[in-house]
Amino acid sequence: MAKEKEQKQPLPPVAEWAPALALSWLVPGGGHLLLKRTGRGLLLMAAITSMFVCGLMMRGAMFQPESGDLLTTLINTGGFIGDVASGILYLLSQWLGYSQPDVAGAVHDYGTKFLVTAGLLNILAMVDAFDIAVRRKD
Amino acid sequence: MPKMTLSHFEASMLFSLFTSVVLGVVTKRTDRDRLHYGIYTFVCFFAALFGLGWLMYFGHG
Repeated sequence: MAKEKEQKQPLPPVAEWAPALALSWLVPGGGHLLLKRTGRGLLLMAAITSMFVCGLMMRGAMFQPESGDLLTTLINTGGFIGDVASGILYLLSQWLGYSQPDVAGAVHDYGTKFLVTAGLLNILAMVDAFDIAVRRKD
Repeated sequence: MPKMTLSHFEASMLFSLFTSVVLGVVTKRTDRDRLHYGIYTFVCFFAALFGLGWLMYFGHG
């Protein structure tokens, strides 16, 4: 009952939660730091950044959106969204010229998955920062 | 950027560790629950890793 009431509350103004959400995308854990959840923010930052850096060190490939058959489109577009979701980590790696072709090998493959998963975990962190900003969560 | 070469086991353990930390932090509402959930998720990853490893070993005969 209390949960239903909580869910029906209108969203606070965009200005209250948008900065936390945007910073959360740009800097993993940044939204939590902005909302004064320092411990959680630092943990998220450490985990997501470490995962992304491990992916780079394993020479994982970045996805580029591609059209073609449904599976190719889904995999490449989904992978691209996962990569971009890492925010500044992705942007920095592109600006600094990271370009790894998709080559065969278990380590490269793990690297690619690490890069995408870092972005997907950052999406979870963004949702959590949003929930905190709109006071659905402490 | 130095190159990192890991075994399947090491890569899986690193993956489990980072994922468990994030899942623990974002899922629960109290620090105690977060810690418990993070450890629980890590143990689940670990169990799945060993379970699937043995399954593949016996599957290959």
